[in-house]
Amino acid sequence: MNLESLYREEWRRVLATTVRLTGDFDLSEEAAQDAFVAALEQWPRDGPPANPYAWLVSTARNHVLDQLRRRARLEDRQAEIAHLASLNASEFDLSEAAMLDDQLRLIFTCCHPALALDAQVALTLRTVCGLTTEEIARGFLVPVATMAQRLVRVKRKIRDTRLPFAVPPKEQLAERLDGVMLVVYLVFTEGYAATTGKLWIRRQLCDEAIRLGRLLCELIPPNAELRALLALLLLQDSRRIARAGPDEEIVLLEDQNRELWDRREIAEGVPLLESALREGATGVYALQAAIAALHARAPRAEETDWAQIARLYDALLRKQPSPVVELNRAAAIGMAEGPSRGLALMDQLEARGELAGYHLLPAARADLLRRDGRFREAAEAYRNALALVSNDPERRYLSRRLAQVEGLQ
Amino acid sequence: MEYILLIYGNEADVNKMRESEQAAMYQEFMGFTQSIVESKNMVAGRRLEDVATATTVRVRDGKRLVTDGPFAETREQLGGFYMIQAKDLDEALAIAERIPSARWGSIEVRPMAAAPPPR
Repeated sequence: MNLESLYREEWRRVLATTVRLTGDFDLSEEAAQDAFVAALEQWPRDGPPANPYAWLVSTARNHVLDQLRRRARLEDRQAEIAHLASLNASEFDLSEAAMLDDQLRLIFTCCHPALALDAQVALTLRTVCGLTTEEIARGFLVPVATMAQRLVRVKRKIRDTRLPFAVPPKEQLAERLDGVMLVVYLVFTEGYAATTGKLWIRRQLCDEAIRLGRLLCELIPPNAELRALLALLLLQDSRRIARAGPDEEIVLLEDQNRELWDRREIAEGVPLLESALREGATGVYALQAAIAALHARAPRAEETDWAQIARLYDALLRKQPSPVVELNRAAAIGMAEGPSRGLALMDQLEARGELAGYHLLPAARADLLRRDGRFREAAEAYRNALALVSNDPERRYLSRRLAQVEGLQ
Repeated sequence: MEYILLIYGNEADVNKMRESEQAAMYQEFMGFTQSIVESKNMVAGRRLEDVATATTVRVRDGKRLVTDGPFAETREQLGGFYMIQAKDLDEALAIAERIPSARWGSIEVRPMAAAPPPR
């Protein structure tokens, strides 16, 4: 038996049910961990139990009981102990339906709006995905101690405020689901934004986000926006390999080897998006997925439907007004209607000053200037972008472009 | 579990209200209070006098320091509180959401710390 894959499969199910039975997040996590250690010792020797999930849950529950009894001298938790001890293994509700509910409760608890957004993300990765604190810390490029403290603090808040382990009532479901989707999206973008592929853990974040998306689609009754989000993640992810060169350098969409795109993910993402759109998905994820799908469909960069992409950015801007979306829209219009139209919009954006200090504004201007043959101005803009950029692969990309346009002046 | 709901709002805005508007607001607060008494969530609750009446006391090196005004000047001031009994944070938040001034001010929800165990 492969315990590694068993762990990946069972961790969140065991943890979710243990939290339901014990009502204690922290103790349950420790107990679930211990149950897996016990399995590692016993199963190879005695053979795996008929129902691994039930075995793990009851082992975890026994561990919690032990811990509570040990602590009982310090604080009075007799009532909890009595309640937990009174549950016989046969009385746990370990049905498929109860197990799915437990997982949903776990997700909604981790993504409760009373918790800080970065804490929601960390807690979801720790408890729902079963990543270690070290893995999460590496994923977010923060020291392990910082991440450990963030997790301790958020679990303390759950305990001290008595945050319920519950699926929100119907009237709050849509709003709370938005929060859950944002967490999934943030996990993905954190993994995707880093092109430094040496940090394999960041790619793992993309995989985890997709797994979470799939899990939510399974757990929550058909929801068009949710499926649009999963489609978006799949379509973006399909370009993951193609967007970094052998030396981790950035390869822009138009220069990517489209043979490297993951056809399996595209073949799953496009119909998923189409069904979501048919069922009325109009949210920010659906619009972004539609943009990604237009890229995915173009057999060659020159065949990209930029006019349609520009229209989708119009719609996205109405839903989510932000100068970054505006910049993307300007770039798309530059591609659809000629560089000068895009540059005019970027000049207006620059004049407003909201994107001051953001390296992608001069980088986008430089790109359109280069396409327009205005190499001297393009070089100037690349230099401006270089003065602002903070990550290495992007710096190397911009330097390469600068050298190229300098050669053309 | 007990929670305290700290009611913050911009006093100047409230003072600018017409008398009839203020009366309507107090009426609404009374209705809310009545509802949480009936639902047995109410433990205590009071409105505070204006922040202009606040005095701050500190003791440093054994010396008492009394100053006029609140500890920190902020855009929103503490104007009152409810202490409630609720089964969990979600119930406490659902009650806080119904406080009339949540629509223009803000309500800070905090659990009351457990009493220290008897010796």
